[in-house]
Amino acid sequence: MSDDPEKPLTTPLDALHRQLGAKMVPFAGYAMPVQYPAGILKEHLHTREKASLFDVSHMGQAFLKGDQAIEAFESLVPGDYLILVEGKTRYTVLLNDQGGILDDLMATRIPGGLYLVVNAACKAQDFAHIQTYTEDKAELDVLTDRALLAIQGPKAGEIIARLAPDTADMTFMTFKEVKISGIPCFATRSGYTGEDGFEISVAANQAVELAKILLNEPDVEPAGLGARDSLRLEAGLCLYGHDITTATTPIEADIKWAVNKRRRAEGGFPGADVILDQLANGTDRTRVGILPQGRAPAREGTEIQDLDGNVIGSVTSGGYGPSVGGPVAMGYVKTDFAAPDTSINLIVRNKPLAAKVVKMPFTKKTYKTK
Amino acid sequence: MSIKYTDDHEWISVDGDVATVGITDHALEQLGDLVFVEVPEAGRALTKGDEAAVVESVKAASEVYAPVTGEVVEGNSAIADDPAAVSGDPAGNGWFFKIKMSDASELDGLMDEDAYKAHIDA
Repeated sequence: MSDDPEKPLTTPLDALHRQLGAKMVPFAGYAMPVQYPAGILKEHLHTREKASLFDVSHMGQAFLKGDQAIEAFESLVPGDYLILVEGKTRYTVLLNDQGGILDDLMATRIPGGLYLVVNAACKAQDFAHIQTYTEDKAELDVLTDRALLAIQGPKAGEIIARLAPDTADMTFMTFKEVKISGIPCFATRSGYTGEDGFEISVAANQAVELAKILLNEPDVEPAGLGARDSLRLEAGLCLYGHDITTATTPIEADIKWAVNKRRRAEGGFPGADVILDQLANGTDRTRVGILPQGRAPAREGTEIQDLDGNVIGSVTSGGYGPSVGGPVAMGYVKTDFAAPDTSINLIVRNKPLAAKVVKMPFTKKTYKTK
Repeated sequence: MSIKYTDDHEWISVDGDVATVGITDHALEQLGDLVFVEVPEAGRALTKGDEAAVVESVKAASEVYAPVTGEVVEGNSAIADDPAAVSGDPAGNGWFFKIKMSDASELDGLMDEDAYKAHIDA
């Protein structure tokens, strides 16, 4: 619990979470539901089997608009947004001059510019950063009056298609303005669980109504931040501040696909010299998936050793994967040890536990690709 | 046989000079679904306050401390094999370990049920 005497911020769904019996915890300055009475394990498994509703209204949303908005945005990220057509979403990272990651975010091409969704804990710095570096070229409009709901799971597509038939043909990483049961929304077919689903931006004053409509659908249960974390870990997705930070580059983080082809050729993004050098010559360390061979989870900060006892890295996210049915982790190792199937040791409670480097994700993704 | 409680939300059931140790309903509620349990092996010497067992939920790892000094008589292998078994019956079949106490007077500082209830309601 936070000792901070300041009252945490709340999302528009705060009262609904409490009605649903959520355990609320402080997160990124907000009171957020970590779990509901079902518990993290059941919420996680339900998401993989059917569909869950997550409140992610603490995340930051903004429009970046203007004739030069795309060029201005590209000066901050390694993604190719000129090539992206309207209605398409792309994952990218804000970079510092050393190629370190300031945050990861989703940016969607919309008429007149971009729609951005950034991490809650970074949003104030992100928006200040974007504003500072784009202000003579584009206008940043931070959407403080919108909530963001995520519906995730194999049933999410058919559920949303029932309520908003226009969404039926949407594929993964596309965006559409739609009405869900008459409520105007921005729907992005994306998420943070490895499952099909949508992130739905809605006016704050209609968020409760929308949440109730979704929760009323058969197969939809609420899920909290606890399940969101175990789901994204199994999906091999990075958590900012843990798996990626200002001290890691996208190449070290093994998200080199976020540095798009034209940008590799042209450069012109922060830290390009470092990143292009790493693309050409490799990195000393690499983010990998780690499968502990026993049953004990290895948590963030766990030291990783080679079989001779030399320190070769550390775990950046780790825990129990409910769908895997055992412990899963990710972390950074010296690149010599990054090949799948490499045997390593995790030092848990001063004892070496056998583990293997593995390819991620730990569970199969079910994104709708056509 | 009397049951005592610690600040760390463990219960201790004493029978002669052997104490059985487990975690309380309240602890279980705070932890959520258990996914990993490690219990001490028989013969291990523990000093009051030592980390005796490990309990992990999806979210976090916690320690179970030795509430008294002594030698472990038995660890509950059933819960190590199936951590979810603790959830159904934390005060019974979900016990963690039995310890032969070397100084029963260490029990004197522990709470009885009423004091523990007041402690968690505080």
